[in-house]
Amino acid sequence: MSLRNCRSVKVLKVSPVGQSKTAGEFFELTLERPDWDGWKPGQFVMIRPSSWELDMLWGRPFSLSSGDDDSVTLFIQAVGRGTRRIAELSPGDAVTMWGPLGNSFAVEPDVPTLLLAGGIGIAPFRGYVEQHPRPENLSLFLAHRLPLDCYPYDLLSRTVDCRCMIEAEPSDLDCIIDTLRGLIEDNAKRGGLTLCCGPTPFMRTVQRFAREYGARAQVSLENRMACGVGACLGCVTRDGEGHHVQVCTRGPVFWADKVEL
Amino acid sequence: MDMQVNFGGLFLKNPVMTASGTFGFGLEFAPYGDLTRLGGFVAKGLSLKPREGNPMPRIAETPCGMLNAIGIQNPGVEYFVTKALPYLPWREVAVIANLYACDAEEFGELAGVLAGEEGVAALEVNVSCPNVKEGGVAFGQDPAQIARVTEAVKKKAGNKHVMVKLSPNVTDIAVCARAAAEGGADSLSLINTLSGMAVDIRSRRPRIANVIAGLSGPAVKPVALRCVHQAVRAVDIPVVGIGGIASAEDALEFILVGAQAVQVGTANFLRPDFAFGLADEMEALLSEIGAASLDEFRGSLQLPL
Ligand SMILES: Cc1cc2nc3c(=O)[nH]c(=O)nc-3n(C[C@H](O)[C@H](O)[C@H](O)COP(=O)(O)OP(=O)(O)OC[C@H]3O[C@@H](n4cnc5c(N)ncnc54)[C@H](O)[C@@H]3O)c2cc1C
Ligand SMILES: Cc1cc2nc3c(=O)[nH]c(=O)nc-3n(C[C@H](O)[C@H](O)[C@H](O)COP(=O)(O)O)c2cc1C
Ligand code: FES
Repeated sequence: MSLRNCRSVKVLKVSPVGQSKTAGEFFELTLERPDWDGWKPGQFVMIRPSSWELDMLWGRPFSLSSGDDDSVTLFIQAVGRGTRRIAELSPGDAVTMWGPLGNSFAVEPDVPTLLLAGGIGIAPFRGYVEQHPRPENLSLFLAHRLPLDCYPYDLLSRTVDCRCMIEAEPSDLDCIIDTLRGLIEDNAKRGGLTLCCGPTPFMRTVQRFAREYGARAQVSLENRMACGVGACLGCVTRDGEGHHVQVCTRGPVFWADKVEL
Repeated sequence: MDMQVNFGGLFLKNPVMTASGTFGFGLEFAPYGDLTRLGGFVAKGLSLKPREGNPMPRIAETPCGMLNAIGIQNPGVEYFVTKALPYLPWREVAVIANLYACDAEEFGELAGVLAGEEGVAALEVNVSCPNVKEGGVAFGQDPAQIARVTEAVKKKAGNKHVMVKLSPNVTDIAVCARAAAEGGADSLSLINTLSGMAVDIRSRRPRIANVIAGLSGPAVKPVALRCVHQAVRAVDIPVVGIGGIASAEDALEFILVGAQAVQVGTANFLRPDFAFGLADEMEALLSEIGAASLDEFRGSLQLPL
């Protein structure tokens, strides 16, 4: 278990991702890395810019997406007040960061591993691919709504077998669901591991097929969080026995058959 | 500067405690600071039996504040005593148990379970549960009930310090403060959350599944200061100030009004190490403003004649 801490760190870089008119909605935030031992893909950090003062009280949770010895990079979609203000940060700005938090995705180096990402859900998989000892066993499927260049898809497709589908029309959804069904069924037959991160309806679909085909699958939940450390009980979900458990400490990654979505 | 406080048999090495429900059972914060730097901490509300709490969503952010309707999710008092307490540094820092029950007898029973626990320095009685037996009026809004619950806890608490935590959702906080004092409370703590609500015009739904929730954070500080001011003047027992404290200056405002000590709640979410350095910052600020000591500063508010 790596050591957790809370530090003020400096912003090193804020770079928009994508050339389309949605540029600015997706961006990478690179922060100084505190004296961590390391982090595992699926884990996240809470960040809170100092400039928020008391306007917004909670930090915001983001998956650790990439990193090296000196920095960590988060891949963020601006969706609301907090993320829009994070997008406006500049190099040198101070951010409070605590982590690495939560558990991580299973890594089974020799097993065919299927990564299923819905939109911004691709964020933790970048780190997963980077840190995986045998990337030749990985394949990734991305379902997205906005132009493909909004996502770090190119970076990933250089390393692993990648496929993507856009959901531009309501009818596209049926194709995506069919594809998910096929991918999960095939991977289950091969005794593979399926990992999923994306919007709740996307994860529910994956969970349904995982049950149907007896696939070993994990899902990563994105519940709203206040503390990130297991104290406030604001982020809970129901586990397989129907008990409320904290997503921030017992997750964010759960076995798909042991969580209610 | 001497920052120790000692009231009603409760010793705190400094006036900073963390508020119930915002600091887990304490262990959650151990990676972020030395728990023994705190004067004390109040554990998450405990009931006799485990409780699952309310459905999601349970929390919402509001301007300078937050709403919560957790619904006292907790694993029950036995779990706390056997699984958390033994791992807490209770010889070095005051561990305070926060009690939640739905009638006076149950409150007494809970107090009885904790009375013999050496590691528990005090019991804080949360009187904001709607009293099912008496027809849906919250305990905390009925002075007679506050007195009854306090008596019931006191009777079973052995020699433990009993702190009664008051709700601000009342017409006259002084009356409630007096009721707790008459029931035998060793001290009061206030405020608990203010009743509030948030809605979403797009989905046309409440932002909290339970609809009505508790407001906390800097947004409630003026209400909390006013309540503490009124309670301090209404009773002779010590008062602990809670509500919106997010800096050493905020904490000293409560001390100036007459609070013996303070509890920090929502600010623990600004950063998990927030509370650890607060006492040192208070000490530095007291020196900076020229106060001779914490005791000299306490209650020295100059009111207009
Ligand atoms: C473990 C974890 C990992 C995450 N990783 C990433 C990541 O790598 N990249 C990324 O862009 N986002 C990630 N998120 C989601 C991110 O935390 C939210 O988008 C962010 O907190 C929204 O803040 P805001 O102030 O902009 O939104 P708000 O103003 O609070 O809300 C605006 C909109 O965003 C939605 N929203 C709010 N909170 C969340 C949430 N937790 N999840 C999903 N939608 C939300 C609201 O429903 C609303 O529609 C992660 C969340 C969790 C819990
Ligand atoms: C998430 C959350 C959970 C809480 N749970 C409890 C509880 O179990 N028992 C209790 O007496 N007060 C509870 N409170 C109230 C706080 O202890 C405190 O009285 C209140 O939040 C006001 O202080 P603050 O503005 O510093 O947060 C809770 C508050 C929050 C935000
Ligand atoms: S965010 Fe506070 S318990 Fe998970």
